[in-house]
Amino acid sequence: MPTPEKFVQEKSLAEINERIRDGSVRVVTAEEMPDLVDELGPAGAVREVDVVTTGTFGAMCSSGVFLNLGHSDPPIKISKALLNKVEAYGGIAAVDLFLGATQPSEDRGIEYGGAHVMEDLISGKQIEVDAFGAGTDCYPQTELETSLRLEDFNQAIMVNPRNAYQRYNAATNSADQTMYTYMGTLLPRFGNIHYSGSGVLSPLSNDPNFDYIGIGTRIFLAGAQGYVMGAGTQHNPQNNFSTLMVTGDMKKMNNRFLRAATFHKYGPSLYLGIGIPIPILNEKLARSTAVRDRDITVPVVDYGIARRDRPSLKMVSYEDLKSGMIEINGKEVSTSSLSSFHVARDVALTLKQQVEKGEFLLSSAVEPLSRVGSSRPMKQTKESPNVGDVMSRDVVTVHEDIGVEEAARLIVSGSFDHLPVISRDGRLMGIITAWDISKAVAGGKSSRIGDIMTRRVYSVKADEPIELAARTFDTHSISAMPVVDRDNKVIGMITSNHLSRLFARRR
Amino acid sequence: MKLMLHVAPGIVRYPLIASVILETNALVNIERASIDAVSGEIVLEVPSEKCLEVKEAFERRGVKVVPLEIPVIRDENECVHCGACVSICPTGTFRFEDWRVVADSGKCIQCGACITGCPQRALKLVLK
Repeated sequence: MPTPEKFVQEKSLAEINERIRDGSVRVVTAEEMPDLVDELGPAGAVREVDVVTTGTFGAMCSSGVFLNLGHSDPPIKISKALLNKVEAYGGIAAVDLFLGATQPSEDRGIEYGGAHVMEDLISGKQIEVDAFGAGTDCYPQTELETSLRLEDFNQAIMVNPRNAYQRYNAATNSADQTMYTYMGTLLPRFGNIHYSGSGVLSPLSNDPNFDYIGIGTRIFLAGAQGYVMGAGTQHNPQNNFSTLMVTGDMKKMNNRFLRAATFHKYGPSLYLGIGIPIPILNEKLARSTAVRDRDITVPVVDYGIARRDRPSLKMVSYEDLKSGMIEINGKEVSTSSLSSFHVARDVALTLKQQVEKGEFLLSSAVEPLSRVGSSRPMKQTKESPNVGDVMSRDVVTVHEDIGVEEAARLIVSGSFDHLPVISRDGRLMGIITAWDISKAVAGGKSSRIGDIMTRRVYSVKADEPIELAARTFDTHSISAMPVVDRDNKVIGMITSNHLSRLFARRR
Repeated sequence: MKLMLHVAPGIVRYPLIASVILETNALVNIERASIDAVSGEIVLEVPSEKCLEVKEAFERRGVKVVPLEIPVIRDENECVHCGACVSICPTGTFRFEDWRVVADSGKCIQCGACITGCPQRALKLVLK
């Protein structure tokens, strides 16, 4: 049998919107689409499916809202405002403010921040406003307090510079200490892996070439109908890390899809639900919406290295990540997500229902999103020194079998309060301080350094920036550290004195 | 069954657990212990048939014993089922079931890792 004449299946956006209006539209979620395309083929899927809905729900730190308070009497030109003690930026006109999601509060710190103010407003709660102004001829008022609910603002327009990452690096931690990051609690020595993003449901992973998504595309933003303003900051489509800048009316949002969060020892963030319905206009879109978790890969990145260019350990797919276990260096490591696939599904399903009911029409883009982005590192014109530039190189080290008296003599004759203890082959084993020696003498026991030294010793490498050493001093309340090479051999010492000298010189 | 022992000042230096094991022949597993110079908190896993006997043996030695029936509770309105608690729990208390986080409270040893790890602040320890 000859096959029927082959032709490319196509339909127009107007046709699909007509079906949405008359209720005959056929909608599936991006989770259902791959099996359909496998079964029907791309051409068959174009015939059978009009719209694929996507969804994601996770931490989107780069979010905020423009609020217009209306004019007071006497009028005030607000330069600084606190909303429930969270500072909002006031450097725009007189009574416009921009509240950022990650701004911590002045009274409760990171446990309550800009994101919490947004959730409170959407939940119908009243917030306390303290506003301060400079006082001018036309805006004489310098200070005022008021209590406002969401309906009291003239406008509450969410504008988010970077949302809906196409995919995101998974995170783990090689260091010996637990790390508290924006990727959650990362346990020491590859104790766990955290990932974020909805994979198969991710809006941008379902249209990575921007065949539909563009400037002006209507989207589901936390329950409201919002719009894509353009590519987001750090948009990097060449490497499959595209982002969106989006906007929407906060007054129409729903707290089911907007939740404030706090990452322990990191700060506040906003969990946001975003969904984009993608019309199946042609086979290309049928194919791109057939993407599966296994097709979307991300690097597992080691957050134990506190540098910008963190090493990547391996590439994994969202299917691997969602399996709950990934092998790293021969060890099975437990994985879990920080974004919620449960709520991402809720976004995609809610959007599906809205399209089916004729409540959500699709829009053609004014311009396509840029196919080229930029996510370069910062140009730093004032380089700060590395540990190797300020450390002392004439370091005195000892072996663990010397006596307390000898160690005491070395400390008195040298210039340090700390003696690194090394093994026979020169590797760092521990550290001994003047305090350890005093304690041993006062206790009247032990003559061997090896018995009283601190074995949990922090160290730093010569090519690391001094900021890292300063942070280690601060986190662990210590004042000196051995500097080691790649083989953990001691090559110098850095102390808080080195850092304060540097600081004094800068002034 | 898990038992939380509150060890009072004055008896932390006594070999409490060893003596109770010798007396009851129970295979206990110490799951968490935080002890300082004056007092301590210890969580034991005890086979259910020996639970009462072990509890009484500790109580005779002046230890306050609380069975950990519901060690951790979750505010269902706050939980978004993200899973931040899943991989940080040392005993595997939380897991996904069709992308909803479900808890097997019986495994919890009240270490508290999930309390700070939960971005929505939905989890609380039931302290007794």
